[in-house]
Amino acid sequence: MTNVSYVRTEMLPEKEPPLGQSGLVLWLRTNMFSNIPNSLLSLAAIYFIYLLLAGIVPWIFHGSWNVGSLSECREAIAAKYGDGAEGACLAVIRERFRQLIFGFYPQELYWRPILAFVLMLVAIAPVLFASLPRRALWFSGVYPFIGFWLYWGGTVWLPVVVLAGFAIGAAAMSILPRMVGSLGAMILAMLLPVIWWLTLAGATSDTMQSLLPISLEPVESAFFGGFMLSIIIGVTGITLSLPIGILLALGRQSHLFVVKTICVGFIEFIRGVPLITLLFVASTLLNYFMPPGTNFDLILRVMIMVTLFASAYMAEVIRGGLAALPKGQYEAADALGLDFWKATRLIIMPQALKITIPSIVSTFIGLFKDTTLVSIIGLLDPIGLSNAIRANQAWNGIVWELYGFIALMFWIFCFSMSRYSMYLERKLQTGH
Amino acid sequence: MAEAAEAVVDRSQMKVSDEVAIQITNMNKWYGVFHVLKDINLTVQRGERIVVCGPSGSGKSTLIRCVNALEEHQEGQIIVDGTELSSDLKNIDTIRSEVGMCFQHFNLFPHLSILDNCTLAPIWVRKTPRKEAEDIAMHFLEKVKIPEQADKFPGQLSGGQQQRVAIARSLCMQPRIMLFDEPTSALDPEMIKEVLDTMIALAQDGMTMIVVTHEMGFAREVANRVIFMDQGQIVEQNEPESFFNNPQSDRTKLFLSQILGH
Repeated sequence: MTNVSYVRTEMLPEKEPPLGQSGLVLWLRTNMFSNIPNSLLSLAAIYFIYLLLAGIVPWIFHGSWNVGSLSECREAIAAKYGDGAEGACLAVIRERFRQLIFGFYPQELYWRPILAFVLMLVAIAPVLFASLPRRALWFSGVYPFIGFWLYWGGTVWLPVVVLAGFAIGAAAMSILPRMVGSLGAMILAMLLPVIWWLTLAGATSDTMQSLLPISLEPVESAFFGGFMLSIIIGVTGITLSLPIGILLALGRQSHLFVVKTICVGFIEFIRGVPLITLLFVASTLLNYFMPPGTNFDLILRVMIMVTLFASAYMAEVIRGGLAALPKGQYEAADALGLDFWKATRLIIMPQALKITIPSIVSTFIGLFKDTTLVSIIGLLDPIGLSNAIRANQAWNGIVWELYGFIALMFWIFCFSMSRYSMYLERKLQTGH
Repeated sequence: MAEAAEAVVDRSQMKVSDEVAIQITNMNKWYGVFHVLKDINLTVQRGERIVVCGPSGSGKSTLIRCVNALEEHQEGQIIVDGTELSSDLKNIDTIRSEVGMCFQHFNLFPHLSILDNCTLAPIWVRKTPRKEAEDIAMHFLEKVKIPEQADKFPGQLSGGQQQRVAIARSLCMQPRIMLFDEPTSALDPEMIKEVLDTMIALAQDGMTMIVVTHEMGFAREVANRVIFMDQGQIVEQNEPESFFNNPQSDRTKLFLSQILGH
């Protein structure tokens, strides 16, 4: 019989992990050549990448920038690198660069979209990075109105009176609850601005304009195009679909039958219809429903449709996050005496949104890429423009260069969003 | 279970006053058609420490969750601190801010630091200025003996520490009544003691407490009344001394023999 008695007299100190062979050789051995199938795959992949680069790199470096048409471009490349040499005709991007960025926006007014774009970055920064001063969020809130004015021009008083409507709503929300109760105040806070916009706002704007005329030269929507248009539609859709999606997701969980039914109905309807259908509705059908003579801007209609479409998806994404939260979080918030809105804002949403960051950003990326669908209803986004450019005699037959450039630009935007979401996930990690 | 018994408990401060803290009269509750709580009558005086025990599914958690309206009761009356629990949201919010609650799984807010967990409700419900709320929070974190963890997140703490934070978080609302729903059931044996010590300290400060627990040592040392529930009813209640040494009902005897038997 063995003796099982054992007493440890001293606890072992902690030791450093063993030092392996470090450096490139180790990395290659563990990551690429750990066994025979892995090595074969690695070699095949390297060969494939070589083929790809061998095709693309000379094509780009043989590219000609300074010609006026596709045929000139081919001649130039043949003259320089010999017959049969492949080369990119990048001149089309140089020649049409402004068009691809701004569409047909008047050249002497380019400073306005550029300024609007820079201000947009300033407005987005405090939303994206919590380390920036919170006071800067005021500017983020006002920016949509500044941006609208810079892009479309016209009197400054139009965005001001629209903004005033929101101010009226906010004022109603802070003053009225004492007089008519919180539900009454909420309803009034939604009704009063609408009444203001429908009745007095137009007249006020006209009066103010005659008293104190400040305006920019108006630019019609028909001149909008290129990446400027993609960004306007995409960024509007992204910024509005998140809050609307949150409200829809909450509405879908509501105990109030009417609210719940409306939200479910909206979500299921919008998700069941292709975006392109909604865009056709925006571009053609909607006019039939409006009083004759109303001119409701096409880009505005498209923005509304894209936003509604993205909101429905967003609502379902966020509902997933809400469902993933343990019931205990709701109970703890309740037990501390937090009411529904406070619990939602302080406890539930921060966690639900954190869980759903990857899906939210996927939806954003999808939405941004879907903006190219507006080319089908005749808006001149980069794809719409490239069709126009390819119809031009000088550039008839050009494919890779144009679409490659557009793809690269979209990739830059989407990849940035993807990286930002990874940064945010890392930053919000509060476990071990 | 033995840990709490080792602690020296000073009962001199644990005074029970005549004032009624909680009055439950003929309360009934159903989950759908399932009758979970049957004719509950219970009066809790201010300063009382009540331990509720019983087999699982006997309705003990449901009972205390009715007290702060986490569960709705369908019949009867619950009066907490003079306010009757009804479907009136205002009453519910008043009661919830007077009644603290600790859960089996702590339910700390994982996205907030320990300090923010503690200051959230005082700031947003009681409208306490942030600075003052932080002072209160630090006071109670010191009381549960983890002020040094204030800047960490719940996920970085052990179970026992998390439960003590949860107690501190409830105390920051300066409640007059504390409810504990199996506060030690999810803890490793080594950590049970630190939580029980915190609860004993709380009892010595004169807090009115209703504790659902299987820690019979704690019940013996701290409680002035032990309630045994089975099948949604109060089967037996008594002072701990008589409850453990001289149980009356057969159901209680069986339960005690099972829980104390090994």
